[in-house]
Amino acid sequence: MIIIKKLKDVLVTVIGGIGKNTINIVYMLGYSTLIFLEVAYHSKAAFEKRREILKQMYYAGVKTFIVVSIVALFTGMILALQIGLELKPYQQQSLVGNIIIATLTREMAPFVTAIILIAAVGSTMAAEVGTMAVSEEIDALEMMAISPVRFLVMPRVISLALMLPIATVYTNLLGSIGGGIIAYFQLNVSFDVYYSHILESLHFKATYVGLLKAFIFGIMVSTISCANGLRATNGALGVGKATRNSVVSSFLMVLIVGYYITGIFYGKTG
Amino acid sequence: MIEFKNVTKILNGTKVLDNLSLRIERGETFVIIGRSGTGKTVTLKHIAGLLEPESGVVLVDGQQMNGSSKRQKDNLREKIGFVFQSGALINWMTVEENIALPLVEHKVLPQDEIKKIVEEKLDLLQLTSARDRMPAEISGGMKKRASLARVLVRNPEIILYDEPTSGLDPVMSSLINTIINQIKKDQHITQVVVTHDMESAYAVGDRIAMLYDGSIIQCDVPEAIRTTANPIVRQFISGSLEGPIEVL
Ligand SMILES: Nc1ncnc2c1ncn2[C@@H]1O[C@H](COP(=O)(O)OP(=O)(O)OP(=O)(O)O)[C@@H](O)[C@H]1O
Ligand SMILES: [Mg+2]
Repeated sequence: MIIIKKLKDVLVTVIGGIGKNTINIVYMLGYSTLIFLEVAYHSKAAFEKRREILKQMYYAGVKTFIVVSIVALFTGMILALQIGLELKPYQQQSLVGNIIIATLTREMAPFVTAIILIAAVGSTMAAEVGTMAVSEEIDALEMMAISPVRFLVMPRVISLALMLPIATVYTNLLGSIGGGIIAYFQLNVSFDVYYSHILESLHFKATYVGLLKAFIFGIMVSTISCANGLRATNGALGVGKATRNSVVSSFLMVLIVGYYITGIFYGKTG
Repeated sequence: MIEFKNVTKILNGTKVLDNLSLRIERGETFVIIGRSGTGKTVTLKHIAGLLEPESGVVLVDGQQMNGSSKRQKDNLREKIGFVFQSGALINWMTVEENIALPLVEHKVLPQDEIKKIVEEKLDLLQLTSARDRMPAEISGGMKKRASLARVLVRNPEIILYDEPTSGLDPVMSSLINTIINQIKKDQHITQVVVTHDMESAYAVGDRIAMLYDGSIIQCDVPEAIRTTANPIVRQFISGSLEGPIEVL
């Protein structure tokens, strides 16, 4: 009897916890939407805040440069290896460039880059803004009639909205190079052939849809991260929670919104 | 003038403020004392409009703060300065930049004018040596003074202090008390000081009110508080373990 009662208690706690977490994530997505609208309103002050925006871009770039480079290179290499394996029986290895560039530009580059920037930049934003919230700095801004969204969030959102597409272009480039290396050393495809096939499948639509995705991801990730930070309470514990929630929500939203953007441009009606 | 009318605030399921009524006159320095966790900070944040009560009304100069729009709040806050418990300086800006921040952001004055005002406040609060340091590199007393300087550059009519002397050495506490008394000479500035430092309360207060269980149990001039008959207040100011206050 006692065991059953205990089990019931555990079950109730677990289900309650999951429910609470889900409600919190949904609530925060709603709040993020409101913050986004406010950012859009304050973006008219973007020029005035250009120094802060550039500073944020610089930090985002420097902090992620090495990781993005390694991940991009290896993504290209892995893709080349796996695709090469499938193409080899048909003696079609030279097509590896076409598939790699199509995969990278359409899906992989924006997605992979967004994941890295969520982990490295979004989490920092949530922690920074969250620390300011729990140490009353946000309250202090409100008291001086300085909008925290205009002062903190807007420059971060614009910087990531610009930085993510730039990083995505870089990922495309380095991923292709990684693929080329494998193509040359493992699949006996010369650089010239690989390069010409890359150009063959480097479509304008794929590129701009990919970059549009990166741009939207950049806005989403920074907005969600800052919104979670603004709502942080209860000291250091709260900052940790805000950071974790921002990473989880950003990740989910990148997947879901990424799917729908693909659907709009490549689905039946597209 | 600041007025609370039957204000109730519930946080985490407990009534932190319970039907609180309170009236602070223009130009007076009003001290609120009370134990840690009784809701002193919560009370100040209601005056500032940073927290919304469950019920009741908070009036600042006759205008309702709670429930008002963001724009109205910004208008009312124009005359309110808040010296936060931990200073709340923006952590990635130097002391000087922090003090200049409200003026720089609102662009009401030319650069050299701002510089002059900041210089004046740095001097007044003896912060000149710390001007280029970051908030993390200065002492608690400096943070509080820098926070006050940031408030003073806006020429507020109401200044709210959240434990301005807690965690400071006696000399620094005296300095803060002196500054508060200096500001008091300006008859138009209303000051609300939250503290559990009785020495500071006696030194600056025109009136002292004790917050207990969500409402004011006594509010009087310092002499009357010193010789109070109320057992709770008496226990609090003497810091005795014996008495009606449950020591948890
Ligand atoms: N944002 C909040 N969310 C939940 N509970 C809060 C919040 N702020 C304050 N509380 C609770 O309200 C009560 C009063 O807090 P408050 O900070 O006003 O106390 P205080 O009198 O200022 O104490 P101290 O002297 O320690 O600063 C405390 O029990 C605290 O846990
Ligand atoms: Mg407090």
